[in-house]
Amino acid sequence: MISRPKPQKNRLRRTMMFMNAQKPGLIKDAYIYGSDSIILDLEDAVAENQKDAARFSLYHALKNIDYGNTEVIVRINGLDTPHWQEDIRCVVAGGADGIRIAKCESAKDVKLVEEHVLAAEREFGVEEGRTILMAALESPLGIMNAYEIVTASPRMFGCAISGGDFRKSMHVQIVKGGIEMLAARGQMLLAARAAGVQCFDTMFPNIDDMDGFQAEVMQNREMGFDGKSIVSPKQIRFVHETFAPTKKEIAYAEKLIRSFNEQADAGVGVYTVDGKMVDIPFFEDARRILALAKACGVYEENL
Amino acid sequence: MEIQKPALAGTLESTDAQVSVEPFAHGIELSIESSVMNQYGRQIKATVLETLERLGVKNAKIVVIDKGALEFTLKARVECAVFRSVGTSEKNIPWGGLVK
Repeated sequence: MISRPKPQKNRLRRTMMFMNAQKPGLIKDAYIYGSDSIILDLEDAVAENQKDAARFSLYHALKNIDYGNTEVIVRINGLDTPHWQEDIRCVVAGGADGIRIAKCESAKDVKLVEEHVLAAEREFGVEEGRTILMAALESPLGIMNAYEIVTASPRMFGCAISGGDFRKSMHVQIVKGGIEMLAARGQMLLAARAAGVQCFDTMFPNIDDMDGFQAEVMQNREMGFDGKSIVSPKQIRFVHETFAPTKKEIAYAEKLIRSFNEQADAGVGVYTVDGKMVDIPFFEDARRILALAKACGVYEENL
Repeated sequence: MEIQKPALAGTLESTDAQVSVEPFAHGIELSIESSVMNQYGRQIKATVLETLERLGVKNAKIVVIDKGALEFTLKARVECAVFRSVGTSEKNIPWGGLVK
């Protein structure tokens, strides 16, 4: 029996915090920090000879810990390892909300994972289709194939770039301003928006460099990301504040929606608000902003 | 399950436990060392014995070094040690069956 509510493809995921699934001290209270999602990691955080132990630990954590509203995603080992199939059985049997596919490079990778997830759902009597998926894009090929990856399965809710591996394959280091990953981030965002799924930026590894971290988060928001992978609870607050709509944005969105309703009643399609031309796409975006503001807890009206 | 070779699972980090098992001919011999022995010694013993019974382990020598592990962590470590000793810890684990 899985006690967690059915996972939703579309939900607030400003922060996805990585946790080592092998460390009981970490995963037992992972939810108290208030990140939107946690990613229990069976991949890089777990030593090669502890993969089996991490699964036992993960299974019982999934069964015993009440994670409340925090989404629980598990990062499984790469498809080129001997571990991923048992990872999937463990994750599905334990009732995690979703799986992060490491080093995803093609639609074929997604379909292979999906096939094994479905088999595990049948084996363990879990509702078919319950387990949702996301892809971590860690190579130039993964980025090139982003659109086919995120559209490969109806279970897919989004994709994230993994900066560590990606930068290595591009022969670059982290650069202030992010020019080394600008094209990749942009291409992944285009693919995700074209497919109507969410898009997340890589984690910022230098936990003590708060200035660098904040600059990257602000750029993430300006580029249109839905959220970010994080590695420390102290990174949560800034991301949540930055991704929430500002008072000014909320006020403008309210104004748009009010004026739109009036104009639509009068039979007008395009008009101006504060001297700027607006039409239907503005209205839809205003709705999105108010919905996001509500989800972030900074807006309570019902417009 | 029959213990076939010595095996170990878990760590000595805080809130974890290290469990070792080895073959033994005459029933269960359990020794426990814990940082919270006075408060939880009996509970730790009960959890380990229940887990062994569930796995059908009748003969084994077991040493538990507990660092304040929660009950489900202790279970996970005992199970992993037993499956390792039989050489079947990597694949086709009976999640929700023997392991629960």
